[in-house]
Amino acid sequence: MNMSNLVRTGAGLLMPFVLVFGFYIVIHGHLTPGGGFQGGAVIATAFVLLIVAHSRETIRERISLGFLKNTETLGLMLFIVTALIALAAGIAFFGNWLVNTGSLFGTPVAFGINPGDLNTGGVIPIMNIAVGLEVLGAMSVIILAMLSVVRGDA
Amino acid sequence: MIWEFWSANAPALLLAIPMLGAFATPLIGRMGKTPRNLWILLITALTFVTSAVLAVEVYTTGPVIYTFGAAASSAALVSDSGGIPVRIIFNVDAMSAFMALFASFVGMVAAVFSFPSGKMESGRDGYFALLLLLLVGILGMVCTGDLFNFFVFLEINSLAGAALVAYRIDKGVAVEAALKYAFLSTLAGLLVLYAVALLYGQYDSLNIAVIAERMQFGFLDKVALALLLTGLAMKAGAVPMHFWTPDTYSMAPSAITAFLVVASQASLYGVFRVAFTLYGLTLNYVTIGWFIIILGVLSMFVGVSMAIPQKDVKRLMAYHAVSQTGYMLLGVGVGLAVLGDPVMLESFGLTAMEGGIFHIVNHAMYKGLLFLTAGAIFYQTGTRNLNKLGGLGHSMKWTMLFFVIGALAIAGIPPFNGFASKLMIYESVFAFNPLLSIIAMVVSILTLASFVKVFHAIFMGPRQERYAEVKEVPVPMLAAMGILALLTVLMGIFPQQIVDLVISPAAGALVDQGSYIASVMGGL
Repeated sequence: MNMSNLVRTGAGLLMPFVLVFGFYIVIHGHLTPGGGFQGGAVIATAFVLLIVAHSRETIRERISLGFLKNTETLGLMLFIVTALIALAAGIAFFGNWLVNTGSLFGTPVAFGINPGDLNTGGVIPIMNIAVGLEVLGAMSVIILAMLSVVRGDA
Repeated sequence: MIWEFWSANAPALLLAIPMLGAFATPLIGRMGKTPRNLWILLITALTFVTSAVLAVEVYTTGPVIYTFGAAASSAALVSDSGGIPVRIIFNVDAMSAFMALFASFVGMVAAVFSFPSGKMESGRDGYFALLLLLLVGILGMVCTGDLFNFFVFLEINSLAGAALVAYRIDKGVAVEAALKYAFLSTLAGLLVLYAVALLYGQYDSLNIAVIAERMQFGFLDKVALALLLTGLAMKAGAVPMHFWTPDTYSMAPSAITAFLVVASQASLYGVFRVAFTLYGLTLNYVTIGWFIIILGVLSMFVGVSMAIPQKDVKRLMAYHAVSQTGYMLLGVGVGLAVLGDPVMLESFGLTAMEGGIFHIVNHAMYKGLLFLTAGAIFYQTGTRNLNKLGGLGHSMKWTMLFFVIGALAIAGIPPFNGFASKLMIYESVFAFNPLLSIIAMVVSILTLASFVKVFHAIFMGPRQERYAEVKEVPVPMLAAMGILALLTVLMGIFPQQIVDLVISPAAGALVDQGSYIASVMGGL
């Protein structure tokens, strides 16, 4: 069953803000409070918002379960592969092979109080993104699985 | 080159390989059943090889340190850290390497046994992914040198285990068993977590070696010890915290039950690690030793006496698992009770510990074998009820042979491996306290009686009408049971070689708290 037009439009208006906030938490995980898990959970609430505003059936038609599961697997693989590349780079498992290299996320951190540079942290932001993808996929799958046993309006 | 890379990074690869395998399983599973099974076989075999490489390294050159995320994995201490290890460190000594070796082996066997799936079974990709995660949890628990990390792997172990127990939903009965397991595991996990927090608050470190070095054994340490022992003994299924085992072990798919036995033993390893390495001589070893001995005797006796009246074959075996856990606690408990007395430790304490530790691996082999035979019988007949089974000896000859081997081994009949470790426990415990030894022998006799009943109920008697269609199980299942049966026999024929080669260094590593600490703290 669909909610009223007002609710659906409101949800549509809120969507980009929730998503931007979620991804902000994921990407700034190494600078500000939060990180992959928290950001992924926020993004999954956007998914819940859609389910509440529209019906579960509509959402299931638009977003396939396979897509969410793929997102989850992609996140997990990104995480473990990032950790494994450290071995290939000749340092210990989970070693930070990107930090201070000057490339992606490789700017050395400035000394003292500073506003924070997104392009630091080495593999930590990558791991945050990986966890974010994993959590948003897994949480959405869990929500859909839990709703699938609810009869009637859901 | 590849050998050097492999052995230098073995502790990390031990976790990385099954984790990669688990995460990639949903993708590989799309290609079909055969590629997925080959993938699982490859991953579990690679994990086993890695643990073997690690074991060779540890047994030849001593404890191996692996510092995660460091520039050099062998450096536990960073020069500017003030002599405190700051990263997660894996501290693999002979005991850890021994546990990892047979855990990854049983993991491989459980995976092979699971390849032929039943008609009604779906979601096999998730099943195998969770199996590999359970393997990760166990391997992490036995290898880690960090208390919080130990808790994390304990949780991975519990969650993956609970999900696997629920795999066969079985009109909700399996789900109920899984929920019970999940609740009790969470409770045990929280007890451990609280204890870890207490220790961290006092010693400013989570590293086992650091805490062991600074251990004062004050009031809070005693609280932490009680919480750790209770939580881990609960996960290990010792009486009086055993009540989850019959439900969980009987409702899980049989390959998983065989593997859950190892998962419980990882918690048993935690009990021993906490008592010997974390606290060591600072604790009141006679009291704690007797505490563990009494837990062991209770588990032995209550387990076997609850097993005798059971009608569900897997429930019966689950109670026997509780009973056998008692032997391990008894053996190692006696070792702990005489830890401070070098003469007694030398004359019988170490032998008792070796017997207890040897019994861990023997139990994993023959109990795994027994649960797999129960799974084979369930696979063909669809029932675990002893009153309905009968006459299967005509059609399932191999399964019957394997069952006999497992049953004789668990009852402690020579020349099977159960006899070897039980004899070590009887002899050494007799020198400590004859009464305990007599109880252990009586429990063995009751075990034999119980398994004679099971054997008769399942295999003997005339061929039955309703099982006319029953034939032998598929080859992967026979192979999995066969290799466990072979090891059960081999370890019973050559016990001395195995004890000298593997078990006695493991017992030595448990007693030698100093070298565990030195392997982390001495590296600057």
